[in-house]
Amino acid sequence: MENPDISLLAPVTAEYAPLGRTALLPALHAAQAIYGWLPQEVAAEIAAALGVPLVEVFGVIEFYKLFYPRPVRKTVDIICTDPVCAMAGAQEAYNVIARHYKPGALDVTVQRSPCLGLCEHAPTALVQEKQFGELHPRMDGALTDDIGLTPFGVPGGDLRLLTALCGKNRPTSLVEYRANGGYEALVKAFARPPEDLIAEVKASGLVGRGGAAFPTGAKWEGAYRANGQPKYVVCNGEEAEPGAFKDRVLMEEDPHRIIEGLAITAHAIGASKGYIFIRGEYPRAYQVMRAAVEEARSIFPVEIEVRRGAGAYICGEETALFEAIEGKRGFPRIKPPFPTTAGLFGKPTVISNVETLANIPLIITLGADGYRRYGTEKSPGPKLFCVSGDVMKPGLYEVPFGITLRHLIEDLAGGMRDGKGLQCVLMDGAAGAFASPDQLDVRLSFEDLRAAGLPLGSGVVTVLNETRDLRDVLVRLARFFADESCGKCTPCRIGTRRQYEILERLAAGQRRPGDLELLQDIGWTMTDASLCGLGQTAATALISALRLWPVLFSPTDGKEP
Amino acid sequence: MSEPIFLTIDDTVVSVEPEATILQAATRIGIRIPTMCYHKATTSCAICRLCVVEVEGSRALIPSCVASAGPGMVVHTRTARVERVRRTILEMLASSIDLSEAPELQAHMRDYSVDITRYSGCQRRCPPILDDNPMYIRDYAKCVLCWRCVQVCAEDAQYTYAINFSGRGFETLISTFYDRPIMESTCVFCGQCLGVCPTNALKPKREWLLEQGQSLDEIIETTRIEKRTCMSRLADPSSEPERKQP
Ligand SMILES: Cc1cc2nc3c(=O)[nH]c(=O)nc-3n(C[C@H](O)[C@H](O)[C@H](O)COP(=O)(O)O)c2cc1C
Ligand code: SF4
Ligand code: SF4
Ligand code: FES
Repeated sequence: MENPDISLLAPVTAEYAPLGRTALLPALHAAQAIYGWLPQEVAAEIAAALGVPLVEVFGVIEFYKLFYPRPVRKTVDIICTDPVCAMAGAQEAYNVIARHYKPGALDVTVQRSPCLGLCEHAPTALVQEKQFGELHPRMDGALTDDIGLTPFGVPGGDLRLLTALCGKNRPTSLVEYRANGGYEALVKAFARPPEDLIAEVKASGLVGRGGAAFPTGAKWEGAYRANGQPKYVVCNGEEAEPGAFKDRVLMEEDPHRIIEGLAITAHAIGASKGYIFIRGEYPRAYQVMRAAVEEARSIFPVEIEVRRGAGAYICGEETALFEAIEGKRGFPRIKPPFPTTAGLFGKPTVISNVETLANIPLIITLGADGYRRYGTEKSPGPKLFCVSGDVMKPGLYEVPFGITLRHLIEDLAGGMRDGKGLQCVLMDGAAGAFASPDQLDVRLSFEDLRAAGLPLGSGVVTVLNETRDLRDVLVRLARFFADESCGKCTPCRIGTRRQYEILERLAAGQRRPGDLELLQDIGWTMTDASLCGLGQTAATALISALRLWPVLFSPTDGKEP
Repeated sequence: MSEPIFLTIDDTVVSVEPEATILQAATRIGIRIPTMCYHKATTSCAICRLCVVEVEGSRALIPSCVASAGPGMVVHTRTARVERVRRTILEMLASSIDLSEAPELQAHMRDYSVDITRYSGCQRRCPPILDDNPMYIRDYAKCVLCWRCVQVCAEDAQYTYAINFSGRGFETLISTFYDRPIMESTCVFCGQCLGVCPTNALKPKREWLLEQGQSLDEIIETTRIEKRTCMSRLADPSSEPERKQP
């Protein structure tokens, strides 16, 4: 291999050297855009410029799937083969494309990928920073420019508060946002003391929409009271949960609402800087958010930096996300300490999900009482649901908490597709649990779902018809966790791999005595002893499936469970 | 000196200083909790999870090596739940890693009646032995990823930064910069990593050659030549790869 021309890197090192280690991921992205991959001479140059030990730069490159420490071809074609896309024929699309571009043969590297967050347009792909939905490769598998459609959001539902300005197949500009009352909440908030805003958000009953359902007001209060300066606010736009795409639509189509939410949060806790961290597989959301931050500078002083991830589901975990911003491998930290006291750079930090932040301007505008008119007593406000799979109209649905799962699937998403019956619904993605058809009348609120033993999580609803092979779905979910485990702690590092191997074998019909007991041992060990939420939920979908369908893997069972 | 606190571990009340961990408190009264990644010379990362215990009122199991003892805490160190976790972790380790030279883990495996036949057919970690310097060999098929070597090579002791990780998840390995030989890394041959390795994944070269059946004379001859090149590199910093302090 020829030596790379290091002089090309000069503008990159000049831009990022003054920032030091925190600029490592941005610098690696910029370098890879030049060379196509990251040769060691390039890595060494960046290490020297940013003052990071050589070997730790290598460790970071190796951690993130979208950084390539070994040569790749000019075009990288990344195809999602997780359950929703697989049900829409992605595996076949992958096979035909991969066969056409045999490794080393032509100028294309074909890569299988976890969920790309475009599920309402399954099957999907990411080719050289361009997102594609409704993928339809040519018969011979050769890539063409019209391989699929540009996937825009498909918002709908009973309410249009958070998604009021989404659905135009383009981002909402600053002018449009302001013409619709945008940034008025920020002006109001700036005029109010922090304690007052914290009280308002506490009274609204808002809980985080990123999955953990922690009260946002309590976080604000914690960070506001915490000692330590500066303070930070971080927007979590990693959204790598299979089946989730709500944050993508909000970021791509109404970016200013998120910026406004972030700015109000910063004012309330006394933060001097904000970060918006967006998963590496969302190039358009990244471009749109960056442009919107620039636009917003024309009306108020914004200290907001937009950052890109680089292919690691674990970076949705809040402390792993901090590590990524700090320029490290995305290993989750041990808690305590919690982010409100020691978060980003060890300073008090509020980290919130994209959708959570989009609720903030609404709360300030309506007041806590007005906000509470939507939803239920214990789950106030609007909620976004990402409906995908075997329904007529997959899309993003905004509803008040408390509507039924049946209303969401049958009325809003148009019911089942192709005249097939419902087999089950996977709630909350890979880390979730299955709902059976007799649970369709459960109300979608935190309290009702908890009583029904189902997670609400971030609002992922994956609908499976009666012909779907659940074993294939479970194998794909298990593969997702095995691929995405960060490897820090033993139970998850080895457990996710063993779970995947055993399920693959079972799905192939090679059952051995003691298999189910072994899966339970591994599953409960991950659940009970893993260091972070990834390992703690890596077996929940499987355990829920085994509870609902104990004969799923029995040798006498036919194709349909 | 702050007031001691009292907690209950396996029905015994123990008093410790408030900074103590549950592990230290248990050790104080002779209760043995298995550990693997924990080492007094390194920062505790709580990554092996062997030391987990059940704390009443807490949903998940708690890693005792880092969790502070709290006043009035009620701790159980060997419930059925804890036993299942420890047995499964040990089984999973044995199912993928060569633990034949890890005496402490062997003892724990006996203690927890480990049965690795349940995992037959599962993929093992078997990277080749790395014999690339006169001082030590690296056999990462024996590596349990306790992180201690990486820690002593970095901020916990040496600030040398010769090793870190490649890959992630199950594929994680301890590695130099782009897998280059140790001789091309920033290693200063301080030997601290060998001192903290619990599994003999890192082993003095002479010991290894002896096991390979070489005679003492042969060993001295082999390592003498290699060492000379090594020393000349250390003496001449220009031949050394660039090194950065944080
Ligand atoms: C493995 C894992 C992945 C996660 N992924 C995301 C994510 O993609 N987006 C998100 O907002 N929160 C994610 N979370 C939750 C975050 O840790 C955190 O709770 C959240 O960002 C807080 O924001 P909220 O209070 O607004 O929900 C994840 C957690 C875990 C354990
Ligand atoms: S549970 Fe999994 S993802 Fe989380 S720290 Fe452990 S290995 Fe990493
Ligand atoms: S080589 Fe030894 S010390 Fe280093 S991580 Fe592996 S087992 Fe631990
Ligand atoms: S000894 Fe506590 S987690 Fe390893």
